[in-house]
Parts: sequence; structure tokens; C-alpha cells
Amino acid sequence: MPEPARDLVRIRALGKRFDSRKGLFGKRRSLKAVSDVTLDIPRGKVTGVVGESGCGKSTLARLVVRLLRPSDGNVMFDGVDLGRLSNREMRRLRRRIQMVFQDPYSAIDPRYTVADALLEPFQVQGTRLSAQQARDKVTELLAMVRLGQELARSYPHQLSGGQRQRIGIARALAFKPDFLVLDEPTASLDVSIQAQIIALLEQLKAELGLTYLFISHDLGLVRYFCDRIVVMYLGRVVEVLPAPRAKPRHPYTRTLLDSTFAPDPTQRRDISRLTGEIASAYDLPAGCAFAARCAFADETCRARVPLLAADPDGHAVACFHPLT
Amino acid sequence: MALLAVRDLSIDIAGIKPLDGIGFAVDKGEILGIVGESGSGKSLTALTVMGLLPLIGGRVARGSIRFDGTELTTLPEPDFRRLRGRRIAFITQNPMTSLDPVMRVGAQIDQVSRLHLGLDAKAAQARSIALMERLRLPSAATVYHHYPHQLSGGMKQRIVIAMALAADPDLIIADEPTTALDVTIQAQIVQLLVELVRDRGVALILITHDMGVVAQACDRVVVLYAGRVAESHGVQAIFAAPRHPYTQALIRCIPRDGMAPGSLAGIPGSVPSVANYPAGCRFHPRCDRAGAPCAATVPPLEHLPSGAEVACHFAETREVANA
Repeated sequence: MPEPARDLVRIRALGKRFDSRKGLFGKRRSLKAVSDVTLDIPRGKVTGVVGESGCGKSTLARLVVRLLRPSDGNVMFDGVDLGRLSNREMRRLRRRIQMVFQDPYSAIDPRYTVADALLEPFQVQGTRLSAQQARDKVTELLAMVRLGQELARSYPHQLSGGQRQRIGIARALAFKPDFLVLDEPTASLDVSIQAQIIALLEQLKAELGLTYLFISHDLGLVRYFCDRIVVMYLGRVVEVLPAPRAKPRHPYTRTLLDSTFAPDPTQRRDISRLTGEIASAYDLPAGCAFAARCAFADETCRARVPLLAADPDGHAVACFHPLT
Repeated sequence: MALLAVRDLSIDIAGIKPLDGIGFAVDKGEILGIVGESGSGKSLTALTVMGLLPLIGGRVARGSIRFDGTELTTLPEPDFRRLRGRRIAFITQNPMTSLDPVMRVGAQIDQVSRLHLGLDAKAAQARSIALMERLRLPSAATVYHHYPHQLSGGMKQRIVIAMALAADPDLIIADEPTTALDVTIQAQIVQLLVELVRDRGVALILITHDMGVVAQACDRVVVLYAGRVAESHGVQAIFAAPRHPYTQALIRCIPRDGMAPGSLAGIPGSVPSVANYPAGCRFHPRCDRAGAPCAATVPPLEHLPSGAEVACHFAETREVANA
């Protein structure tokens, strides 16, 4: 048998444009949420995507699981082009590709008990379970996310935020998927609960051999949890760090790192040089989108979009003046 | 005498006691961090100091809040109104709750200095624009005429800070002022707050759940858990040698460089609700070092030789072990 390809997911020149009007009679405008993203997601690893509001990280997550259809490019999952699948075929493949959302509260029907919520994926997939099988599944899934069996009869509003996110993860695991897309799964949780959930995700990955795409705004967390880090700014990948501790070469990644405070007062950051705001994703400037906030920007940066170029170690940066 | 000194403060809301004997002090030119998870009583503390407890049907049950020699717990509301916004300013997490959506932002800053300092329209406008420039709002004179919805989250938070500064207060209470912002904007706002304290000598109480922000900005730290003070100390000491197991656990929740995979553990369980506070030390059900006295007896807040104040039955033995 041939060895499976190293990469579980291959993303090629992926783009997503949203068209809208400004006001009811206003002029049409389009927002390029994601532009020209090419990325491989290696099997059994955690690939992190980090960036701020409007960088396109959540749109990318939705494109990868085909909750959104791309305007350009394609997503290959284990050799299958998701764009060519019928809805029926895609639903079948969703057993292997699952997503965990930031707010599990809005992902679970408030009238469902925890047991109902955990069995919903089987209904969606048309899998009939006997009463005994259903009970066993609920028991198994609750145990998998380290929740007590007594919660099976509870309703979502009776659970804490951390417990709800565990239910969200358990639902995603119902069909023993290969690939989980985690869209800011801890962003609305206390740090103490965030750490619990990350620890759980680490354990599940080891137990079940999962591959993760982890979306986050928190570079500190991504550097702890991920094997590889993709940095996005206004719809484009600006840097790929081949290892979590690789030294940033893009000025934006450097800025992100300088903005991440370590829990150590002896290592205070000098943040006096940080300025500027993220531009609107409408009417993007020509050239590098970060140029307006960048200390190194010159005429070239304002005129042309820098392309992502990788060195032999797989460290890729899209910058005309990368840091050394 | 500190500018603000809170002693043994307990509050009562409809028969429950969400704050129980808390205390801290902050002086001019100083940044005090109040940290803890959701439900630890951070925001209620802010509300109480601002004298806004009656708004949510609460009252001070015990203790004292002294601000520059004035006792606030017994201060009549008309007198409090002269203090609030004038000498004690408040910055909330979500700037939209502080801004009027149908009023130009400049006029909202003007209001503060006109009301509290009695400035005329022209003087107020000049002062507002100068403040906006000081807060590094680009093209301040133009933004002055904008409405809140035309501004980004970071710009709106700068407007709220400008409103807080407009009457030249002595104390600013900022409740999670950067939580809703992007990280690069959060860093800029934290930097601004630190500069304001250093330049103007105001006292700042920074309420946050983020130990990273505390380490970056604060001089002293009060750790709250379930309505009580767990520990209080200088920022260097509390990170170098945290004494309370809760403080230690909170610090361990934040990933830092060089942490091995699998070493991020979190704190088991969650903060109990006010109705379900356990007896004894309220942290004991989640504590990995709880012993026999913890479930039975409330640990008093004790002053240790190192200068730390810790409410833990085993703090003293750990202090000796650490020495």
C-alpha cells in the first residue's frame, strides 16, 4: 500500500470575495476577505493561523470545511477536490472534516439536552442508532471530553462556558474525524478554562491521531500549541513560520509578537513604537496592505504586492524588506 | 495616606454577599491591577468604589472606602456626583456603552469639561482636540466631528479615555479597557494608559483577567477569588514568588516561551456562583494543595515578612520553604 501523502489538506490560490452595496442605493463594492492563499496542512500536526480582525482567518476556516464556496482556487482534502463534490458527497466527507466554533452556545440548540446535542450529528448523517447504542455513544463522547455522565440530561444554559465548549468538541468527534478546524475555540473563555481546553485538545490529538487547523488572534497561544504558524494580514498570508519559535521576518509578525505580553514583569515589551490601525478590507491600498503601518515601507511596498517566497527551511515571508 | 484606601469592604445585594472583606490601596502615579477570573468580583469592586451599587440594588454592608480623606461609603449622592467623572473617572470594556451613538464624539468629550470644569464651548473644544492629539488619534480635528459608528474599536476606546481625562481626574478605574480590542491596538492602549499615569501622576486601577497585561503595566496586584482577596503584593514579587495557590495557577494558565508541550494545565473546575460559595477557603475545591483546615476555616489575610498579603492556611510555611 502506498504511504499516505504527507499533507492531509492542500490549499491552492484560494480566494473569497464578498460583494455588497453601501446602503440600499449605494454603489457596489467588494471585499476581498481572502486572497491567493496557498497552504499545505501536514497530517498529524497543528497548523496555526494567526491574525487580527479582518485578516480573513475565519473566512479561511469556513472555506476549508466548505461552509463557504471559494471565488478562486481550491481545497484538496486527502486528494479530493472539495469544490467538485456534490452536497451529498460533501455531507458524507464531513464525517472526516469537522469544525469547532468560538461560541458553542450558538452552535447548540437551546432546547436540546446535552445527550440530544451529542446525537444530532448521527441524525444529520442519517445513521440510525438503537436506544442502547445511543446511550453508549453519549457515554463514550462525554468521557472523551472528560465530562461527567450526569451532564447528559442538562441543557446548554445550565453548563459553564468551558463545559459547553467540551460539548462542542465532543460533537465534532462523533464520527472520529481526521481533521478538526478550530475557529478561536477559547477566545470567549477565561484563561483558566482556555488552558483546560488546550490541554484537552493536546490529549485528544495524541489519542486519536488528529490533524488540526487552529485559528486564533493570540500569537502567544499559537506559539505554544502549534507546530507551524501562518500569519495573515488583511486577507493574505504574510508569513509562514516553519516552527513555533522561528524568528519573525515580516514586520507585521514582529509587531504582533511585540504586542503579546508575557506573564513576566522582568520582560516588559517596548511598545512605544507601535502605531496605526488595521485598514478597512474594502478599498485595499495598492501594494503591501501593511505598508501604511510599517516602519520599513518605501515606494516599492506602496506600489506592488509582495509575493510569499520560502527559504529551504520552509520559512516563507511576503515582504520586500524582510527582517534578518 | 494613599489616595484611595479600601478596607474590609463587604457588600450586600438582595441578601447575598458577593464581596467579602476586600481591601487595597492605590496612590497617585501608581497602577494597581485587580485580577481574577469572571465571577471573582472585579467589576463589582469598581462599581462599589464609583458609588454605583444602588443602581443594581446593592449596598455597602461593612467597611470603608476613603478617597483623599473623604469617606465614600456614607457620602450623599449629590456630593458623590461632584466626585464622579470629575475626580474619579471610569473606563468600561465596551466603549459603545459609554458613547452616545447619535452625538458627535467631540461634543461628548466637551460635555465633561463643560460640566465639571465650567469651560465655555470654545475652550472645551480646544481642550478636547488637544486631548485627542495627546491620545494619538490621527487627524483629531476631523475625528472631533465624527459619530461613534464612523470610528474603529481602538479609536472609540481612545475617545472614552479622552472623556475620562477631560476633567483632569485624580483616579481612573479602567474595567477591562482592552479586552474587546485587537492585540496590536490593545498594546497601544496599554502603553497610553501607562504614559498617562507617569506623566500626569494619576492613580489607575486596571481591572483585567489577563496576567500578561498585569505583568506589562502594573506596579501592585490584588488577586481576587470569589469575592475575597487571595493575595496582594508588588508586581515583581507576585510573579517571582506567588504565595497563594490560586495566583500560582493563574500565572501557569498563560503560555510562555519555552513551555513544554502538555505543560499548560489550567485550573480544574470553575469559579462558584455567589449562591454556592463553599465553606472555608473558597478556592479549596479547586486547589491541588488543600488540606484539613481549608474546608472548615476561612483563612485570614495575613501580612507575611516579605510584604505579601496572603489568605491561605499554608502561605506561611511556603514562605519559609521558599526563603
